[in-house]
Amino acid sequence: MTATLALGDDALVLSHRLGEWAGHAPVLEEEVALANIALDLLGQARLLLSMAGDEDELAYLREERAFRNVQLVEQPNGDFAHTITRQLYFSAYQRPLYEQLASGGSAFAGLAAKAVKEVAYHQDHAEHWTLRLGDGTDESHDRMQRGVDALWRFTGELFEPVEGLEIDWRSLRSDWLESVSAVLDRATLTLPAGPQSGAWTAGAGRQGIHTEPFGRMIAEMQHLHRSHPGASW
Amino acid sequence: MSSSTEWPLWEVFVRSRRGLSHTHAGSLHAPDAEMALRNARDLYTRRSEGVSIWVVPSAQVTASSPDEKDSFFEPAGDKPYRHPTFYEIPEGVKHL
Repeated sequence: MTATLALGDDALVLSHRLGEWAGHAPVLEEEVALANIALDLLGQARLLLSMAGDEDELAYLREERAFRNVQLVEQPNGDFAHTITRQLYFSAYQRPLYEQLASGGSAFAGLAAKAVKEVAYHQDHAEHWTLRLGDGTDESHDRMQRGVDALWRFTGELFEPVEGLEIDWRSLRSDWLESVSAVLDRATLTLPAGPQSGAWTAGAGRQGIHTEPFGRMIAEMQHLHRSHPGASW
Repeated sequence: MSSSTEWPLWEVFVRSRRGLSHTHAGSLHAPDAEMALRNARDLYTRRSEGVSIWVVPSAQVTASSPDEKDSFFEPAGDKPYRHPTFYEIPEGVKHL
């Protein structure tokens, strides 16, 4: 249950954040790209939350403290560079995580095997934009570096073992650090300093402690369902 | 956004399955070919419409002019012997 909610909430919350770009993205093509990623994640979230109980009840009727997502995914979109950084950090984590789950024998193996292909594209999309923005104009470089620095402190939490997941967390962390630092390096961006150049941890999202913007986000996400329980169209 | 800062236009061709040729699916804006390909994937093949994508800069397409419509296309109209309508199509041929 803990593990299912952790994976499901990560996908659900990040999906909602990406969905917030609809109508606001810098160009139409990119808006569709972000919405596609959001829909992939929403599909994963629905499967996972259905394993844990009633998907609607879990998504729309839980209080903030009952969500088990990492704090990284609930961070506000910020500017486009900020959103891309969040996606880079998360997809570089989700991909090796789901690869390990797919090759294991747990209840997650099936859906992880399917999701890995989606996540590979999310990572590819984030890496491309990281390279373009980091190695682009002075302004895009500065904004990208700002995003990389600002979100760094939320990455340590990704590697806190989750009860019920058969994962080699040490190798997950080294895979993550390797792929993220390789991209940042190519993008002429600087890997933020931290213990062993690894991430210093700020979050306790897995324990239900969330950052302040998360409350506003779920208020918006749950508003319709709470005002009109059971509504459909 | 002024036209000088807008990304160039690309034409997208999608092969819907093996054995068929690429057909024009639409157009999109992108800064370069690599991004055009990714945008095309997101815009035109998300519901498994394709197995292969081509992108071509719209500026590179040379098109026939509507003014020349008559001299270009009219002469073909009354020559049925140019159409392969006098053959029986063998059974089992699918993509003819």
